Amino acid sequence: MGKRNKTYLLIFALGIGLLPLVLTNSYHLMVLNIAALNIIVVIGLTLLLGYAGQISLGHASFFGMGAYLSAIFTTTYALPLWPTLILAMIVTGGIAYTIGIPTLKLEGHYLVMATLGFNVIIYIIMVQLDSVTGGPSGFAGIPRLAVGGWVFDSDVKVYYLLWLVSGGVLLLALNLVHSRAGRAMAALSHNEIAARCSGVDVEAFKIKIFVTSAVLASLAGSLYAHYLTFISPGSFSIFYSLQVVTMVLIGGLGSLWGAAFGALLLTVLPELLHAVKEYNVLVYGLILMAVLIFFPQGLSPGIAGLLARRKEGSLSAPRQGAP
Amino acid sequence: MNLTLQIFQFLLSGLTTGSTYALTAIGFSLIHNSTGIVNFAQGEFVMLGGMFMITFHSFLGLPMFPAFFLTVASVALVGLLLERFPLRRAKSKEILILVMITVGASIFIKGLVMILWGKNPMTLPPLSGEAPFIFLGAAIMPQSLWIFGITLTVVAALNHFFKGTFIGKAMRAVAASRRSAMLTGIPVDRMILLSFTLSGALGAVAGITLTPITTTSYDVGVMLGLKGFSAAILGGYGSMPGAVLGGLLLGALESLAAGLISSEYKDAIAFLILLLVLFFKPSGILGKGKLQRV
Repeated sequence: MGKRNKTYLLIFALGIGLLPLVLTNSYHLMVLNIAALNIIVVIGLTLLLGYAGQISLGHASFFGMGAYLSAIFTTTYALPLWPTLILAMIVTGGIAYTIGIPTLKLEGHYLVMATLGFNVIIYIIMVQLDSVTGGPSGFAGIPRLAVGGWVFDSDVKVYYLLWLVSGGVLLLALNLVHSRAGRAMAALSHNEIAARCSGVDVEAFKIKIFVTSAVLASLAGSLYAHYLTFISPGSFSIFYSLQVVTMVLIGGLGSLWGAAFGALLLTVLPELLHAVKEYNVLVYGLILMAVLIFFPQGLSPGIAGLLARRKEGSLSAPRQGAP
Repeated sequence: MNLTLQIFQFLLSGLTTGSTYALTAIGFSLIHNSTGIVNFAQGEFVMLGGMFMITFHSFLGLPMFPAFFLTVASVALVGLLLERFPLRRAKSKEILILVMITVGASIFIKGLVMILWGKNPMTLPPLSGEAPFIFLGAAIMPQSLWIFGITLTVVAALNHFFKGTFIGKAMRAVAASRRSAMLTGIPVDRMILLSFTLSGALGAVAGITLTPITTTSYDVGVMLGLKGFSAAILGGYGSMPGAVLGGLLLGALESLAAGLISSEYKDAIAFLILLLVLFFKPSGILGKGKLQRV
């Protein structure tokens, strides 16, 4: 991890740590808590998209699996909380592994459709299997997060927990991309054949990253379920899959900081533009299209490039955003 | 009703919806062949077909025939605009970026339709009569016959277009090799534009004929698009006979599964078929195995 990342991380931690002192409205805190969860999902997706060059429109299903497995294990079967989280991650990872082996062999846009189809199947199961999942009306009465006897029963308490987890995940991911495995992943996304020739086991790497991103989504899903104590299938439809992919693309492909920025921006933005509520879907489509058309590298490298150009006053090629 | 008759009935209704999947699948194939991308907005074209027809026929009171052609022209225009503006303006021509732009376009269209036409499901009267007639013991809706007839006409017309006309041949040349087509002086950009326009028109026809059977609303596009895509994959992506075969087969399988196994899991079964085909034979039934070029 470079010096710059350490500085960023310090600023990030300070900002996050001090924010609840000025922000006491519990609704605002809830929005930020959801943002923290989205960041966890988006970091996994960034690894998959930006470093393995694979796109998935099925991550809502892994997020949902984490949430529903957690809910069912702790509520229906009364299993203890934290082991359940791990168990949900293992089960989701296993399912991701099983569908990943055949799907990751496919070319980019086939994978998009395969993951999308998978998401629709999982969504239908959540809605139809109502004896287990509660069906369209949802699953209520999920226990809150707790350590020992200490329960995370207010938004501020959950805030610190979730941001600690998402900060930790970010830290791990930053370390990962600067490791040997990270360099292999970067090689893979630039040129698969060249990576293969230099001895990178391309298939194994793709599967590993796919499973990692699914496990992260599952973790976020479990935390989501235990935070809100109520879940319904609507939160895990393909629209959520699209939202998280939009966050990654807006943040900037292959930039973890950019992705975190994209997740924060797209979670908070709709809440700020309350008038837009009705136009939510429309605005999402417009933003996604506009960013992809004009800033295919994502917003953060795009903006950085514009600033750099203005400073230098020349038309130098825009720099590649550092992870 | 005995089982054989029941199966026959399910097959008939399956082939009816399957025909509209086939039209959607051909739309996917046209765009794939000219550009190499998957057009996610294809399902929205089908949805728009239903919406425009309802507007022209039910709201504005135009007779069926002119309303039909006006709808096809309108959705074709949407297809044209999609290519002309977002896709052609895109700074990156990477396939994945272009595909995601069509995803954005599909969300945008969905959102716009939700605001303009509202959230309530809407329907159209069938093209002629509602009284079913009995064929070999099974009930057939006149609308089914319209769908079969229109699909057949469209496929025949497309076949003639691609094999017998100059522009059709030019489009096939672009599909075979963009570079060589350009070198022989074919205006490749215009052919790509035409493929989006045609796909829009095909989507409109599917939407107009399907709506009286299934009703429509702003959010049906994703599902219809996925079904059409599954059909295209099943038959062999990029192949026109494959698209027709895949569409009919998917419709029939889905209807049988819904009737004999469970109607709640109908859509899940359709996508399970998609996943299985992708896993075991990604080139589809009629597709040729592709060599990976290094």
